[in-house]
Amino acid sequence: MNRTVLDLWVGFFVAIGIAALLFLALKVGNLSASNFAETYVLQAKFDNIGGLKVRGPVKSAGVVVGRVANIQFDATTYEAVVTMSIDTRYRFPKDTFASILTSGLLGEQYIGFDVGGDERMLKPGETIAKTQSAVVLEKLISQFLFNKASETPEQQK
Amino acid sequence: MAKLRDLLAGLGARVTDRIWRLGFATRFFCMLLAYSGQTFLRPQLLLREIWFSGVLSLIIILTSGLFVGMVLGLQGYDTLQRYGSSEALGILVALSLVRELGPVVAGLLFASRAGSAVTAEIGLMKATEQLKAMDMMAVNPLARVVAPRFWGGVISMPLLAALFSMMGVFGGYLIGVVFIGVDEGAFWSQMQSSVDFREDVLNGVIKSFVFGVAVSLIAVFEGYDSIPTAEGVSRAITRTVVTSALAILALDFVLTSFMFRSL
Repeated sequence: MNRTVLDLWVGFFVAIGIAALLFLALKVGNLSASNFAETYVLQAKFDNIGGLKVRGPVKSAGVVVGRVANIQFDATTYEAVVTMSIDTRYRFPKDTFASILTSGLLGEQYIGFDVGGDERMLKPGETIAKTQSAVVLEKLISQFLFNKASETPEQQK
Repeated sequence: MAKLRDLLAGLGARVTDRIWRLGFATRFFCMLLAYSGQTFLRPQLLLREIWFSGVLSLIIILTSGLFVGMVLGLQGYDTLQRYGSSEALGILVALSLVRELGPVVAGLLFASRAGSAVTAEIGLMKATEQLKAMDMMAVNPLARVVAPRFWGGVISMPLLAALFSMMGVFGGYLIGVVFIGVDEGAFWSQMQSSVDFREDVLNGVIKSFVFGVAVSLIAVFEGYDSIPTAEGVSRAITRTVVTSALAILALDFVLTSFMFRSL
């Protein structure tokens, strides 16, 4: 079987096609940074998760350390149970504070870890005790308006 | 009364004809898969078809991708800068190309560039009785003519869609960063932080693969099933382009509703 010019063209086509796929995966999709090799599970209970989504990021000091794996509703305590898979490279103290934050004014919601000072570390599968729910904008505004309404008469006196 | 009866009879005949064709197409697809093994044993045939439908479509795919990306860059910038978030241009260009425009527009171009050519080739072979002659010589036309063209299209299509998306992202970069002056670092980093490999890129590849199967199957079937006259072949080519376009758009809706359900 001899090599032909046809082989050259098809080889060229397949090569640049695969190069394009690699470009999409690495340069556009950022394959290398978004996947964690090995993870362990942590849980946290929130009164209100707001707009948190499965696969949303978990950040500590702004660095993505894990992803939200599952969100369920606990029918006995009426709370949201959020399961997170955290990169095994990172361990967090027992008194870590998990809060639901928003990136930017209209951005996506994520879980932020504020690390405490406890020397004991959270073991895989454990539940984070101290949590803060998502800030619901409507509640914030109504609280603000309520406060405003209650303080105006005092100022007039 | 007789007119009404003729109308109903005509309608019934047309519906039955469509169902008949659908059944034949399904049997044709099964036969095609059964004879595909022989195609991969003779890669020289397959290579020629990849050259024919892949390499020859490169120029139209690459230029269209570039222009689509440039238009996305201009339009996206115009809208985004009203909300003061022109740095999100990278996200807009990359997501719309990788998820939708890449597979769909590349599929439509592929159907009209390569699909119609395949239909014409097989239809003319049928009209000049080359397929019958092969049968007489104990060469199965499905294995020798149809299957290589089918697999050539299926292999070419995802690569073409990826090239289209890549050129589109480059076009958006050219307009957004080089001409308008959006910050280059923000353009790439915002794109990378919100385009997910599995969720977006891989789903786009799956889409383009499905479109490749659909377009190639329609093209080879219309050619194989065409009426063996000049008029019949020309009609078959028209049907290939129209049916492929409809199939791509309908399949795109179905696939999108499966893939991008955020809970």
